[in-house]
Amino acid sequence: MEKLQQYLHEALSQIDEANTLSQLDEVRVQFLGKKGLITELLKSLGKASSEERPILGEKINKTKQAVQDKIQAKQIKLKEKTLADELGKEAIDITLPGRGKSVGHLHPVTRAMQRIEDYFAQLGFDSVSGQEIETDYYNFDALNIPTHHPARAMHDTFYFDEKTLLRTHTSPVQIRYMLEHKPPLRMIAPGRVYRCDSDLTHTPMFHQVEGLLIDEHTTFADLKGILKNFMAYFFEEDLAIRFRPSYFPFTEPSAEADIACVKCHGKGCRICKNSGWLEVLGCGMVHPNVLKAGGIDPERYSGFAFGAGIDRLAMLRYEIDDLRVLFENDDRFLQQF
Amino acid sequence: MKFSEKWLREWTNPAISTTELVEQLTMAGLEVDSVEQVANSFNHVVVGHVIDIKPHPNADKLKVCRVDVGSEVLQIVCGANNVTQGVKVPAALCGAEISPDFKIKPSKLRGEDSFGMLCSAKELGLQEQSDGLLLLPNDAPTGKLLREYMQLDDVCIEVDLTPNRGDCLSIAGLAREVAVLNRSDYMPIQTSASPAVIDELIDIQLSAETACPHYVSLVINGVDLMTATPLWLTEKLRRSGIRSIDPIVDITNYVMLELGQPMHAFDKDKISGALTVRFAQQGERLTLLNMQEIQLTENDLVIADAQKVIALAGIMGGAETAVTSQTQNILLESAHFTPEVIAGRARYHGLSTDSSHRFERGVDMHLQQVAIERAQMLILQITGGQSGQINPVLLKENQPRQINLRHNRIARLLGVVLDKTEIEDILTRLGMILTPDEMGWQVTVPTNRFDISIEEDLIEELVRIYGYDRIEATTPMFTLSVQPQSERKITLRRFKQLLVDRDYHEIITYSFVAAKTQALITPNIEPCVLLNPISEELGVMRTSLWTGLLQTYLYNKNRQQQRLRLFESGLIFSQVGEEILQSPNLAGLISGDISPAQWGEPLRSVDFFDIKADVEAILALSGLHQKVSYLTAKHEALHPGQSAEIFYGDESIGLIGALHPSVAQKLTIKAPVFLFELNLTAIMPTELPKFATLSKYPLIRRDIALVVNAAVSAGDIQQCIAEVAGELLVDLQLFDVYQGKGILQGDKSLALGIYLQHHDRTLQDEEVNELIQRIVDALAQKFDAKLRE
Ligand SMILES: [Zn+2]
Repeated sequence: MEKLQQYLHEALSQIDEANTLSQLDEVRVQFLGKKGLITELLKSLGKASSEERPILGEKINKTKQAVQDKIQAKQIKLKEKTLADELGKEAIDITLPGRGKSVGHLHPVTRAMQRIEDYFAQLGFDSVSGQEIETDYYNFDALNIPTHHPARAMHDTFYFDEKTLLRTHTSPVQIRYMLEHKPPLRMIAPGRVYRCDSDLTHTPMFHQVEGLLIDEHTTFADLKGILKNFMAYFFEEDLAIRFRPSYFPFTEPSAEADIACVKCHGKGCRICKNSGWLEVLGCGMVHPNVLKAGGIDPERYSGFAFGAGIDRLAMLRYEIDDLRVLFENDDRFLQQF
Repeated sequence: MKFSEKWLREWTNPAISTTELVEQLTMAGLEVDSVEQVANSFNHVVVGHVIDIKPHPNADKLKVCRVDVGSEVLQIVCGANNVTQGVKVPAALCGAEISPDFKIKPSKLRGEDSFGMLCSAKELGLQEQSDGLLLLPNDAPTGKLLREYMQLDDVCIEVDLTPNRGDCLSIAGLAREVAVLNRSDYMPIQTSASPAVIDELIDIQLSAETACPHYVSLVINGVDLMTATPLWLTEKLRRSGIRSIDPIVDITNYVMLELGQPMHAFDKDKISGALTVRFAQQGERLTLLNMQEIQLTENDLVIADAQKVIALAGIMGGAETAVTSQTQNILLESAHFTPEVIAGRARYHGLSTDSSHRFERGVDMHLQQVAIERAQMLILQITGGQSGQINPVLLKENQPRQINLRHNRIARLLGVVLDKTEIEDILTRLGMILTPDEMGWQVTVPTNRFDISIEEDLIEELVRIYGYDRIEATTPMFTLSVQPQSERKITLRRFKQLLVDRDYHEIITYSFVAAKTQALITPNIEPCVLLNPISEELGVMRTSLWTGLLQTYLYNKNRQQQRLRLFESGLIFSQVGEEILQSPNLAGLISGDISPAQWGEPLRSVDFFDIKADVEAILALSGLHQKVSYLTAKHEALHPGQSAEIFYGDESIGLIGALHPSVAQKLTIKAPVFLFELNLTAIMPTELPKFATLSKYPLIRRDIALVVNAAVSAGDIQQCIAEVAGELLVDLQLFDVYQGKGILQGDKSLALGIYLQHHDRTLQDEEVNELIQRIVDALAQKFDAKLRE
C-alpha cells in the first residue's frame, strides 16, 4: 500500500506539472488508463484476502477518484488558458477608426428653418411654400404697395418683364393662402426671396419666413406674446425683446422687433454695433386692405403677420460672422453643422 | 434726414440729454442711424485776425504771419495759399489739442519762431476735405473761442425715416414730434410777407389741376449772388449734409430743411412769357441742372414757359434757366405737387433728389405761402434786391381728412384698453381735432399727415405715442386644432435627412446662374431670363439643380477637396412659350472615393451604382423603388452609356448618370462625376402600408445562371421572370454578373436567386420544376438566353 501512496503523490505532482492537455492525458493514461498503475492495483485486488479486499478496494477507489478530480480540474484550467491564448492572438487595436462612410450635414440655414418650423408646428401653424417667380400683383399691389409707392423703390426687384418678378419677400404667400383657406388661419411660409443688391451685408438671394395668424380676436398683444416666445424657443434663452414702431404698407400698426444681443446680452459689442440690440424681424397687424385682398372681412377678423430673415437668425445662432460663406458652400464650412 | 441737434432745440427744447433724445426718436419709429459730433473735440482754438504777412526768409511756400488772437499778437508760420492780410481764421494757441495725438507747441519752422497754428476746416473735423484755411466772416469777434463762435458743441443726428413719415423731413416736423413726445413747447418761426417794392409778376397757368393745385411764386430783382452765405446758415446746411453752392440755392435748401417745402429759383431773365404747369408731350426734351438730358413722357409733370420746358416739376430744374453767379433777377417757386404724380418719376429718369424725395411722400398744402415768405425775408436780408408781390395761385382748397375712431376697435386691435382721456390727450397733442360721437370720435387729421387715412392709422399713432413697450404681451387664445400630417406624403425634410445619413452635404446655391454654363447642361430648355441681373454670371434662372451642384463641385475642387457628396433641393424654372414653370426638385452629385481614406480596405472611386443605390434609397422611402423603371437616357449632360431616365408608369420622374465627358471637359472637370435629379412632386406621394398575412408554407429557392448577349439588360430579364412567375414569386435576387473566362466574348452571365412560395399550401417539386422550365423557356425565347453549363 505504500505504492498507492506513492502513485497518488506522483500522479498529483505530474498533474501539477502538465502544461498542455496532451501532457495531462498522458498522466491520465499512465495512472488511470487500461494498463495504468492505479488500474493495475485495482486488478491485483483479487490476490488480496477477503477481509482486506473491501478496505483496500475503497482506498484505491478513493485515490483513483482524487486523481480523476484533479485531472478534471486541471483540464478546465488548461482549456481556459488555451482559449485565452487563442483570443490573445486575435486581439486587435481597438483605437483604430471604424470603417465605412461618415454622416453628412444639413446646411445651417436649413437647420434654422427647421427650428422655426418646429416651433410654429407645435402651435398648429401650417407650413407652406409658394412660388418664387411672382406677379407684381401678389408681390406688391395685393400687399397695399401700389405702383409708385416709395416702398417699391426700397425693394430692389429683379424683373422678367413689367409684371413678372422674383418675389422680394415671402408675403405673397399670405395672400394666396388667404384666398385658398377660410379663417381662422395660422401659417408660416419659409423660403427664398430675392433683391437686386449684393455687398458685404446683402446677398441677392436670401431666406425669409413669413407668419400669419388671423382669427376673430387677434391682437397686437398676442403678436408680442408669440414672437417673444418664439425668440426664447429659437435661442433657448429668455432674451429681452423690444418692439419699435415702424412702417410696412401691409401692416398697421407696424413694428420692428429687436432682441437683446445674443453675444453681449445688451452690453454692446461688434455684432450689435454697440447698441445692445439686434433687429430680427418686422411685424404688425394685417392692414385691412390686405385682408380685403385675401377675401377676409376686416370688421370680423383681425390678424398679425411677421417676417424674419432666416439667414440672419442662423448666423446669430451658429456664430457665423460672414454672410457670404452661407452660399459659397465650402465643404469645410458645410461640415460644421 | 440728418440734422443738427442745436437747430432742433431752437424749435423745441425738452429737458432731456442727447442720448435720451436719440432713444426716444428710435422708440417712436424715427429710427436713429447715427449720431456724430459736428467737429473734432479740439480746444484753445480762437478767432484769429491776420494783421500782417511777411514772406519766410528760408522757405518759398511758408509765410510768417502776425495774428491778433485777442489777448495778444502772435507770430505764426503758415503754409496755406489763401492766407492774406486782414483775414479772420481759426488760430490754435500753444497748448491746444487739435486731436488726442496732435498738440500745438511753440516751435521753429525753418528758423522762424511759430507760436500756434492757423487751421483748415479739415484739421478741425468740420469737413472731409478742405483747400486752405477756413476763412471766417469779417465780423467774427477776434479772440473768441471758435467752439463758442461756431456753436460746435453739437451733434448731427441721422434718422432713417420710413416712407410714411414725410412730415418729419424737416426741422419743423421733427420738432413737432419731439414736442409731442415730451410735452415741450413747440416754437415755430413766424413769417410775414415783405412789402412789394416792384410791381412785377409772372403769369402762372395751372393746367394739370390735380397734379399741381397750388403754385406760389415771387419775383425778386437785383439780387447779388456774389455775396457770401452767412456762416450760421452754411453751418446748418453742413450739419444736414448739404454743401453750400450760392446764396440763393443755399436759402432754398435751408427753407426746405427748416420747413419741409422744396423750392426752386429760376433766372427770371431766361424765362420767356408766362409759365404753365402741365404734363409733358411725348418727345419733349429737357437738359437738367446736372446737365443730364432727358426724354420726357406724358407722365412727366413739367414747368414750361412760352417756348420750352424749363423744369421737371418737383424733381429738378433745367440747366438753361438755372441761377448762376451772373443772375440778377429771380423767380422763386414754392408749389404743391401731389405725391401720386411725382412718385416713381424721378426713379424713371434715374434721379433721386431731396425735392422728389419730399414730394413723393407728401408736402403739406399749407406750407407754400409760409415757405416763400421765409425765403423772401432771407434773400432780401442776405443778397439784397427788390421784391415783388407774392403771387399765390390756388385752385383747390385742401380739405383735411376726417376719420371715425371707435373706442372698442382700439382694444380689439391692440389687446389693451386705453383710457378715453389718454386717447384724447395723445391725439390732440398730435394736432388732431376730436369730436366725440356715440362710438368714439370723429377725428380731423392735420394736412401734413399724408400717412393717416384709416382708423388703423389713428390706432397706430395712438400706440406709438402711448408706447409699444407698455402693451403687455399675451398668449393668443385659439381653437385647438392640429395641422393634418398625411402619412401618404413623404416630407422634404425626410428626404434631406436620408441623404444626410448617407453622407451627403446639403448646399444652397443661388437660383440664378450663368446662361453659358446652363446651356451646357440643358441646351434645349429655355430659361427665364432676368431683365436686371446682378451680373451675367447670375443672369438666368436655373433649369436644373445640376448647374449649382457642378459649380459648387468646382469651387471645392479648386480648394483641394476631391471627395464630394452634395445635394440641393429647390425650385427649377423654365419658360415654355408665355408660361413660366416652377417645380420643386431634389438633386445630388457624387465624386471621388466611395468613403473617406481609411485603413484596411482599398479605396475605389464611386460609380454609377453607388449613386443609383442612393436614388433607390430615396425612392424606397415612398415605396417607389420596385415600381420605377430605368430606361437609357438621352440627355445632353449625361454619358450616353451610363445614364438612365427614371420612369414611374409613363411619367418621367428623374435622371441619373455620369456627367458627359465632353461637358466635363468644358467645365474643366477631370474626375468622373455622377448626378441625379428627381422631381419632388412625383416622389412625395406614397401609399399607406397594408398588411398581408405571412405564409406558413416553406419558401423555395432556385438559382439559375444564364448566359445572354451583353446588351440584354438585367432589368428586362428580371421583369420577364416576374411576369412568368406571377404571384408565387416572393423575391428575386440578382447575385452575380460575370464576363470573362468561360463566357464568349460579347456575352455575359447572370446568376439569379428565385424565391417561390404559395400562400395556402406547400409547393411541390414538380410544379416548381415546371415553373422554372417555363421561365427558362421564356427567357430563351425573348432574349436567346441559355442556361450556363
Ligand atoms: Zn452685442
